[in-house]
Amino acid sequence: MHELSIMDSALNMALEQAEKSGATKVNVIRLRIGTLSGVVPEALQFAFETLAPGTLADGAALDIESVPARFWCGTCRLEFQSDDFFAECPQCHSPSGDLRAGREMELASMEIE
Amino acid sequence: MCKDCGCGLPGEEPGGVSGHSHQHSHEHAHSHEHAHEHSHNHTHDHEHPHGPGEHHGHEHSHSHTHPHSHPHRDQQKPDEELRRTVQVRQSILSKNDRLAERNRGFFRARGLLVLNVLSSPGSGKTTFLRETVKALGEKLKTGLVVGDLATDNDAQRLRASGAPVVQITTGTMCHLEADMVARAVKGLPLDGLGLLIIENVGNLVCPASYDLGEDLRIVLFSVTEGEDKPLKYPPMFQAADVVILSKIDLAQACDFSREQALESIRRAAPKAKLFETSAKTGQGMAAWRDYLIEQQQRKRAADPLAL
Repeated sequence: MHELSIMDSALNMALEQAEKSGATKVNVIRLRIGTLSGVVPEALQFAFETLAPGTLADGAALDIESVPARFWCGTCRLEFQSDDFFAECPQCHSPSGDLRAGREMELASMEIE
Repeated sequence: MCKDCGCGLPGEEPGGVSGHSHQHSHEHAHSHEHAHEHSHNHTHDHEHPHGPGEHHGHEHSHSHTHPHSHPHRDQQKPDEELRRTVQVRQSILSKNDRLAERNRGFFRARGLLVLNVLSSPGSGKTTFLRETVKALGEKLKTGLVVGDLATDNDAQRLRASGAPVVQITTGTMCHLEADMVARAVKGLPLDGLGLLIIENVGNLVCPASYDLGEDLRIVLFSVTEGEDKPLKYPPMFQAADVVILSKIDLAQACDFSREQALESIRRAAPKAKLFETSAKTGQGMAAWRDYLIEQQQRKRAADPLAL
């Protein structure tokens, strides 16, 4: 349900761009989705297949790049990567709530003709 | 670095003595052919320092000839040539984020402290909020916006507290978005209000992604939901400024382990402020009330121009 509304926003943004660029067809839509964004790529794919027919993106490929999560430990002044929601600093082992990357939901680029 | 010989010295300096020279001749084979011809002739003469007191120079001479031709667009338009990549790099939620910022500016101008209250269905949000409004009384006048898929039952329950309430029925939407809040707020008499509470749709997943323009995210879970709720829905709890552990009067009946719950909260929301409350017995409600009053005063003080 959540992915459906996210995909709907992404598709509308892409179609707006496509029209601005004078495209007659969208071939590829590329998204960047953080591993801790709370969005499931498979569900986006499913939503896309439901939403795309009848638009310029009908038949387009949806390409989802996964962005790994990076945390910051203020005590150790250390940035570290983890796909665990409960990442602990590898040095001091205290939980870090400071997520620097990994929540992305971004329309990166698209291929049009 | 000299880009011709790679000698590690700065290149392309004007004038000077010629010490070494390169002669290049390139031929490029292209898979397509052009109907026009290019021909270049370059001569470079320069020098650069080569260690202490030592100099040498370069003389470059290039000669290129590229014969190529290809069919032009007006003759033929193969698909490959029309395909192009458009870089967008925009957040999918950027429209909501912009509208949320607009809400934030509007609330700030009115000196309104705004809470986005989130929980799963049945955690006791409505009762908790009704008691919050009662506890605040005249000290901090409160208005509420309530989101549900259907019915205005919650709005009616909250009206019993005497506060103005607007119900948003989202239909099939599982979360509130910034523009819904902007529209709903128009239906509230805002004059004299210091606190706006937005009760989001009962859902611990989707609303986490949608900024409404709030100052504080309040995530509530009750002892009846189990100690590990924060570990099951980490994005929601990670985004929390405040965690409310509700219905603590039922803890014993549910064999609820407070220690385990606090550990879950510490792991999922290490920075959040915690209140343990019972709307039924009133336990913990005074501390929560005082916290809200203090937050609102702080916000108002930060913006002396607020209404």
